[in-house]
Amino acid sequence: MKSRDATRRSFLGTGALAGAAWTACSSPEAEAPAEPDQPSSLGTPVRRYGQRSPYEKAARGVRESQTPEAASSRTPLDQTYGIITPSALHFERHHAGVPEIDPATHKLLVHGLVDRPMAFSVDDIKRLPSVSRVHFVECSGNSGGEWSPAGAPTVALSHGLASCSEWTGVPLRILLEEAGIQPEARWVLAEGADACLMQRSATLEKALEEGIVAYGQNGEAIRPEQGYPLRLILPGWEGNTNVKWLRRIKLTAGPQYVKDETSKYTELMEDGTAWIFTFEMDAKSVITAPSGGHGVDGPGFLEISGLAWSGRGKITQAEVSTDAGQTWAEAELQTPVYSKAFTRFRLPWEWDGSETVLLSRCRDETGYLQPGRAELIEQRGRKSAYHCNRIKGWRIAADGSVTSAEV
Amino acid sequence: MQKSSLLSIATIVACAAPTLLAQTYGVGRPASADEVAAWDVTIGPEGRELPTGSGTAKDGAQVYEVRCKECHGDQGVGGDHAALVGNPEQLKQTPPLKTVGSYWPYATTLFDYTRRAMPFEEPGTLSADQVYAVTAYILHLNGLVSEDDVLDRESLPRVVMPNREGFVRDPR
Ligand code: HEC
Repeated sequence: MKSRDATRRSFLGTGALAGAAWTACSSPEAEAPAEPDQPSSLGTPVRRYGQRSPYEKAARGVRESQTPEAASSRTPLDQTYGIITPSALHFERHHAGVPEIDPATHKLLVHGLVDRPMAFSVDDIKRLPSVSRVHFVECSGNSGGEWSPAGAPTVALSHGLASCSEWTGVPLRILLEEAGIQPEARWVLAEGADACLMQRSATLEKALEEGIVAYGQNGEAIRPEQGYPLRLILPGWEGNTNVKWLRRIKLTAGPQYVKDETSKYTELMEDGTAWIFTFEMDAKSVITAPSGGHGVDGPGFLEISGLAWSGRGKITQAEVSTDAGQTWAEAELQTPVYSKAFTRFRLPWEWDGSETVLLSRCRDETGYLQPGRAELIEQRGRKSAYHCNRIKGWRIAADGSVTSAEV
Repeated sequence: MQKSSLLSIATIVACAAPTLLAQTYGVGRPASADEVAAWDVTIGPEGRELPTGSGTAKDGAQVYEVRCKECHGDQGVGGDHAALVGNPEQLKQTPPLKTVGSYWPYATTLFDYTRRAMPFEEPGTLSADQVYAVTAYILHLNGLVSEDDVLDRESLPRVVMPNREGFVRDPR
């Protein structure tokens, strides 16, 4: 809470400063020393590991928690560009803190319904044929606040438990085949090396088709918060199945019904039954600019930009409404469009200065169209806590302030 | 390496999987039975992987008092963290209350999770007997076992949870 207020203050502060600078420069009697046309001293020398400009302050949103090791931090989606989330801003959701793991001693065990239980070192894994793929990872609790009509006030709070990276690693199929898959195997159990030994079951089919044991993220080693040195990537599936600090894969005949696939990450329906193994993340989109907390500085031209993604394949269409849903315009998709990845959409817009609501919705290659809140509730009732992918709106007031639009 | 490639081809042929012939690279090393046993901790719903040991709710009350109560509250409710006691009626209220007693389909999951993840700040420090005992205590608070019932690898998987039939596969 405290840090969010501080962020808002510093944003307003920067705005006020920028305004003052503009006034100063445009005034002919300004006495401030003119900016020299050329720097008169040298810049900093080369350095071994780069850092961003001291003027850039984008940071993950962290809420106070009694147990910060079992908590989450959110990507400031309003302050990232294109489709790749900088690794340092990738959202976090841990259940027992971030372990510090020496890659020289880490091992991945593959056992269960296999011909030969195998142990792989990180170096072993790096010898094997590799792939690089751009995929989002999204916590299935992302946008949980959007079940309510009001919705969260900023895009970090409403959609910031999703991020997108280029992941590099070995297809899980290769490791399973090294161990020899027995015919009765139908599921895999993945386990992390964190303090709670996070576990999830996934189907063998998914593991073979798309699973990646990743060691690279955006061109460098995976960040500790994202699973260093090894992370399972199951493209398009709820974040929790993408087990971090991966140390064990067990092939089994059935799922294990561990705590995080029964007590948590299941969807309670109105009739009291619950959906289990709700793996795929349905298509979702959100406008990141303009978005809640960022003012629009007067009428005129403004590019509307946002992100769309689907756990079922490629995004084929993103539409934007600038009149609260009465009409929809097709936004341009940034290419190439990757499957199960963030897809940037953009729409040029001329704001006339009157109050309005901006909305976005997307469609994926299965033909599925992102639903509104009423439609989602019709399908899923009001007891679901996860997998909220309803359309999000931003209200722009006549004074240019942007807030979550109630639906 | 050659031997393992042959084995793997034999497997593929045997099960006539609709895949390309599996190629092995001979990378990695065989894992010993001991190292597999040391890490193979997950308890499935049939409880086949449960360790030896046992405990009753009576024993478990002490474990709970010392290792769990500060976070999960007296008698499993009213703490700062998840309530551990409830019944399926509470799934109907708004918002629903999901607890071990109201929601969890298998008692084995309680053993599995407690053994590897609790107490939160000292996971993995309870003995098998302590885990059986505190599991029995939580199940007792939920009215599912009596105070003197001995839970072990035979009896724990036989405890039928109230919401056992409550889960359906995702129909989306
Ligand atoms: C320091 C506080 C703390 C203590 C002590 C503690 N827990 Fe927990 N417990 C937690 C937290 C935090 C979670 C949620 C962890 C997460 O985010 O995955 C949790 C979750 C649980 C859950 C899952 C609840 C659900 O419905 O999903 C169970 C069961 C549980 N604890 C049992 C125990 C038992 C048994 C003990 C004692 C042996 C214990 N806990 C001690 C903090 C604690």
